[in-house]
Amino acid sequence: MSMAIRLSCKEASRLISEGMDRHLSFRERVVLRLHVGVCDACSRFAGQLAFLRRALSVLPGPDEPEGR
Amino acid sequence: MQEALLAAIQGAERFAGQSSVRTWLVGILKHKIIDRIRKASREPSADPTASKAGAEEIDAFFGSDGHFAEPPGEWQSPEQALQERRFFEALERCLQALPKNSAKAFTLRELMGLETDEICKELGISASNCWVILYRARLSLRACLERSWFSGGARRG
Repeated sequence: MSMAIRLSCKEASRLISEGMDRHLSFRERVVLRLHVGVCDACSRFAGQLAFLRRALSVLPGPDEPEGR
Repeated sequence: MQEALLAAIQGAERFAGQSSVRTWLVGILKHKIIDRIRKASREPSADPTASKAGAEEIDAFFGSDGHFAEPPGEWQSPEQALQERRFFEALERCLQALPKNSAKAFTLRELMGLETDEICKELGISASNCWVILYRARLSLRACLERSWFSGGARRG
């Protein structure tokens, strides 16, 4: 993916998702961090995708204590 | 490949433990996954138009300027949702609403924990196609959960 320094939310959200499936390049990580650092929508998006993964991971996992 | 999947499913079953929600969900999902794998093995390989259709579906989440059409909202107490059976029912309904290929790729990735190259092989698609399909699945699921659970309507009902 060719990328400008400034990502759109569409590009940033795609990198957030791909980062869960592959290793992002140094450049990708830098431009993503620059965007997410100033973008509430993408920051929430990243947190919610992480939560989604967690929600699915608790399904078949061993019984860990609930809550913290 | 199928043998590996079945082994993984059996592994998941072993770990289901005493939690009723988990046992219940693992049971449902397990049967669905097996069904899908059976169907897929009878069908010709993945839909060649899937990636184009996927691109259009992804576009629908964004404006022409690349901003979110509907920016993700603040989710209230997501950790608490993990304690509630009804949340997992909502999640399951959202999974069912995904396009078939998308649901399958996402399930293999997040539930079975397969790497994308294994998923590519299973679905007969390229790695970049696989990432796009998973991205589309996450966009859809996130929006669906926000609508059906985190907007507050469903949980208070």
